[in-house]
Amino acid sequence: MHILSKTNKIILSEMVRTDFKLRYQNSVLGYLWSLLRPLMLSFILYIVFAKFLGVKGDIRHYVSYLLLGIMTWTFFIEVTTGAVSAVVAKGDLIRKISIPRYLTVLSSSASAIINFGLNMIVLAGIMLITGVEIKLEYILLAPILLIQLYTLALGVAFFLAASYVKYRDISFIWEVFTQMLFYLTPIIYPMSLVLSKYPAGKYLLLSPVAQIIQDLRYILVTPQTQTAWQLLGPLALVPVFSTVLILAMSVRYFKKESKTFAENV
Amino acid sequence: MARTDTNDKNIAVSIKNVSKYFSPTKGQGSIKQLFTSGLKKREIKNKGYWALKDVEFDVEEGDFFGIVGRNGSGKSTLLKMIAGIYSPTGGKIKVNGKLVPFIELGVGFNPELSGRDNVFLNGALLGFSRKEMIAMYDEIVSFAELEDHMEVKLRNYSSGMQVRLAFSIAIRTKSDILLIDEVLAVGDAVFQQKCFEYFKKIKAQKKTVIFVSHDMNAVQQYCTRAAYVKDSHLIKVGTPKQIARLYEEEMYETLELQYRHESSNVSHDNDASRTLKNEPIIGIKCNNSRPIKYGEDLIITIDWPKNLNNVRNVGAAIFSSKDEFIHGNNSIINKKNYKNKNTAKITYNLMINEGEYYVTVGLFGEKDTDVIFYKPRAVTFGVKRESVADSWQGLTNLKSKWE
Repeated sequence: MHILSKTNKIILSEMVRTDFKLRYQNSVLGYLWSLLRPLMLSFILYIVFAKFLGVKGDIRHYVSYLLLGIMTWTFFIEVTTGAVSAVVAKGDLIRKISIPRYLTVLSSSASAIINFGLNMIVLAGIMLITGVEIKLEYILLAPILLIQLYTLALGVAFFLAASYVKYRDISFIWEVFTQMLFYLTPIIYPMSLVLSKYPAGKYLLLSPVAQIIQDLRYILVTPQTQTAWQLLGPLALVPVFSTVLILAMSVRYFKKESKTFAENV
Repeated sequence: MARTDTNDKNIAVSIKNVSKYFSPTKGQGSIKQLFTSGLKKREIKNKGYWALKDVEFDVEEGDFFGIVGRNGSGKSTLLKMIAGIYSPTGGKIKVNGKLVPFIELGVGFNPELSGRDNVFLNGALLGFSRKEMIAMYDEIVSFAELEDHMEVKLRNYSSGMQVRLAFSIAIRTKSDILLIDEVLAVGDAVFQQKCFEYFKKIKAQKKTVIFVSHDMNAVQQYCTRAAYVKDSHLIKVGTPKQIARLYEEEMYETLELQYRHESSNVSHDNDASRTLKNEPIIGIKCNNSRPIKYGEDLIITIDWPKNLNNVRNVGAAIFSSKDEFIHGNNSIINKKNYKNKNTAKITYNLMINEGEYYVTVGLFGEKDTDVIFYKPRAVTFGVKRESVADSWQGLTNLKSKWE
């Protein structure tokens, strides 16, 4: 099976293009919004968390630390939430043409990838301005973590997209679940804050999202970050393996279900 | 129907023992249903239905293959399975060669995008890269005759314009096997002419075409072979002539049943009253209880109550089942005034082709604008010809002289 054969690439790029055109139609600033959004978001977060609440613990470069966490989380949410209706929204296509069904999920993730890229550019600027020390040997590890992040997001995305065709409850369940997961992930609070009260809090890093966020922070922002490896030892392999397992299982489920998408969607 | 597989290389699409089951439990549901249906799963499953059962035939390379059947017979399901949109519940479909992946024109057309953007989007879905599309863009646009409209959003196009655009893109496809589902049902006469020309062209190129249609004339004109599908079963594969005959016979059987039903209604209600409560009771009757033979007379009688003493003019119009206006006339034109009358009898000599027709009836006063009663599709009738094949085609027979 050619996952990205020439024809599939053509279809995918045209689907992404269409989504983009539709999204920014009738908006004065158009594509610029993709860049303005993270800038404005960063500014708000900085004011709220660093200035008003002061939840920074003992972390240096807290702004970059916080932003990296938020942006990584946002990417995960955009890919997965966007994928919930990816198949159903393209129902018109699915009923009338035999294109590989997984293209709908891939194309729905494209805007999240673009947003994430732009977010990273903004973050890099902020890191430079605030004087975060960047270690080159660490940066080289970032792509591996980003691949893990996309693998995880896609894994969840395929499951959500396929099950939403049958069960429309999925969108609500996923919404509530991500709210819960947000607070169970050390995004706005530093790990040290949890550990000082509940030592068992280290098991929060068994969640792949938490593991990825902490690892990214460790290599990009500050070695003060407590990673899964530090806190859990060899158990830190659990989130890595579960990422692969999630993708494998959900691709299998998606493949099986995709045979009946056309009649159920 | 039994075909040998000795010349396997010439078979474009082989359909082996194919069935398709639609299960309602697999439809949209909720988590609640998932839990509650656990116990009575079998019971619910029985509510599904077989859209197709054990269908088996081959389409040879270069065939122009017609699939014929009434609505809901399963022919579109079959086409969707060949296209790969549905997967069969049982059996196997083997396709040799590049198959066009769509069964409908203008797949993916988005009303919010301009005509231009839609050309590229639709082209991509047919497998054309942007570069290829740029190269043939001008030709597509000029073929669709839409040069001045390409920057306009598709939602501002008329349906005819959309179809023209979609068709111009679709005919670019380089597939070996084409699937066509009722294209001819849309578009105006000029567009249909273009379709026919395209059909002739692909037929000359010896491409394989699978064509689903209700139009027996088109089937007989283009197809080299045809299949008849009825109630989820394949009834027969044969020559277009045989299949068209079979289909038409079946259609008239159904029509006859309908007539019997209607005429029994007439006797019960004592008037063929298709009227609303506050409408005057007008009886409209037709002399036939079964299809009328071509060339015989259709007699329509219209009775209205004496108190409708302002009726002067009676009009009637005949439409085909495709809503084509066949004939319209009224009594004033025919120098007949219905003052002080309460019944009108119209006799038509039916020189029209086989098919199903409707008669719209109206009662008028002195002026055309005084509408006393108007009933669209008041009467239905069918026409049957002794021999369709080897004879004239079209809506009506014209007196013609050949020198």
